[in-house]
Amino acid sequence: MAETATAPKNVKFIITRQDDPQSSSYVEEFELPYRPGMNVISALMEIQRNPVNAKGDSTVPVCWDSNCLEEVCGACSMVINGKPRQACAALIDNLEQPVRIEPMKTFPVVRDLVIDRTRMFNALKRVKAWIPIDGTYDLGPGPRMPEKKRQWAYELSKCMTCGVCLEACPNVNEKTDFIGPAAISQVRLFNAHPTGEMNADERLDALMEDGGIDGCGNSQNCVRACPKGIPLTTSIAEINKQTTKHMFKRWLGV
Amino acid sequence: MKGFYSRKIHSLLGVIPLGAFFIEHMMTNFAAVEGGASGFTDSVIWLNSLPLVFFLELFGIWLPLLYHGVYGLYIAYQSKPNLNRFNIERNWRYTLQRITGIITFVFIIWHLFQTRVQVAVGSVEHEELGGLMHDIVTSPLMLTLYIIGIVAACFHFSNGLWSFLISWGITVGPRSQRVSSYLCLGIFVLVTFMFLISLVTFRDAEFQTAASIAQSIKSFI
Repeated sequence: MAETATAPKNVKFIITRQDDPQSSSYVEEFELPYRPGMNVISALMEIQRNPVNAKGDSTVPVCWDSNCLEEVCGACSMVINGKPRQACAALIDNLEQPVRIEPMKTFPVVRDLVIDRTRMFNALKRVKAWIPIDGTYDLGPGPRMPEKKRQWAYELSKCMTCGVCLEACPNVNEKTDFIGPAAISQVRLFNAHPTGEMNADERLDALMEDGGIDGCGNSQNCVRACPKGIPLTTSIAEINKQTTKHMFKRWLGV
Repeated sequence: MKGFYSRKIHSLLGVIPLGAFFIEHMMTNFAAVEGGASGFTDSVIWLNSLPLVFFLELFGIWLPLLYHGVYGLYIAYQSKPNLNRFNIERNWRYTLQRITGIITFVFIIWHLFQTRVQVAVGSVEHEELGGLMHDIVTSPLMLTLYIIGIVAACFHFSNGLWSFLISWGITVGPRSQRVSSYLCLGIFVLVTFMFLISLVTFRDAEFQTAASIAQSIKSFI
């Protein structure tokens, strides 16, 4: 009879914790039994079920944010082994051990791994990342979108406002007010839409304000970090082009 | 609105006029390789015989340099490099752009003090600059510092050109940005080579003669 039982394997986690927004962070280690197919979220669930740290002391369960568990909602962004990414897609089998988990400190930390991504949603409001179609009467059908354009625009629409690109960007920090790559890419998306295009200038104006497009330093980490593979640097360069054109048009009054 | 324009001006001034002057400087220096001491002196004299040379220098070099340098230091201050997390080529260039910017800023101040300021206060004539450079680069320490400064300046110029093309929306897609990065790498190699070969040429004895002649004239007067 073949040997089926193997020695129990443990996975070590080093988690950066913080009790509340004001307190300082500290590190706590956990050791969990390995299960096939486990990911960072299932490990955090295991800690929640049995909150005992590596020393064997019982502790307060680690808090985290998650939602869809299939890398489309953007809620579970955290820094795993130094890389900002989605925890639900971080399979333990693919990670170097011990697994180091930290919150994305570019954002205000609420507690443990929970961060406040409000600035990302404020950024979308600032650049008017929507298409105004509401009126007091039926505005009728809008212009059609060419299929070819729809295909690349769809890629931009995959953005889930997860904040990974902001965490990866060396120019998004406490010394700047740079809006970050995500909102810039959304401006490209809505400016590409045949109806959205009608308000293109408003979005460009917003990105020419302080903390706008000029904050980009071309490190191009964002495009490497984006979990959805959005061509963020192409979006930034395209918006550079649009804002430059817009600037000259404004000067010349055309 | 302010930030957008000040950053755009910073980007533009880096290429026009500063980049243009950088290339001009390279060619003037290279005259030392092609024409020796007399070739270099002729080149310097030609440059200083341009009409309205004071205003060309003021608006083409001094003021743009001051703006680009000071604003550039502010940009460098605002960055928070993360090579530990993203050890990738583009991020290295982002970080090096800021580091070489600071090195170049310090180097240019020092280089200006040694050369242009000495001319301005009257301790050296334009014709004697070849000899002055000879005295500087025959010191091993100065030669080393000059090589560091020159390589930093060449990198900052070439990589700045690459990001200029992106910031003005000229290279948009990944392919054009890749092609332009190879082109800028080529420019970096060429410009660095031209500057360094001129620098080494200043060590030749013929420049020393020019220097000692200048020295003897001065002592005679």
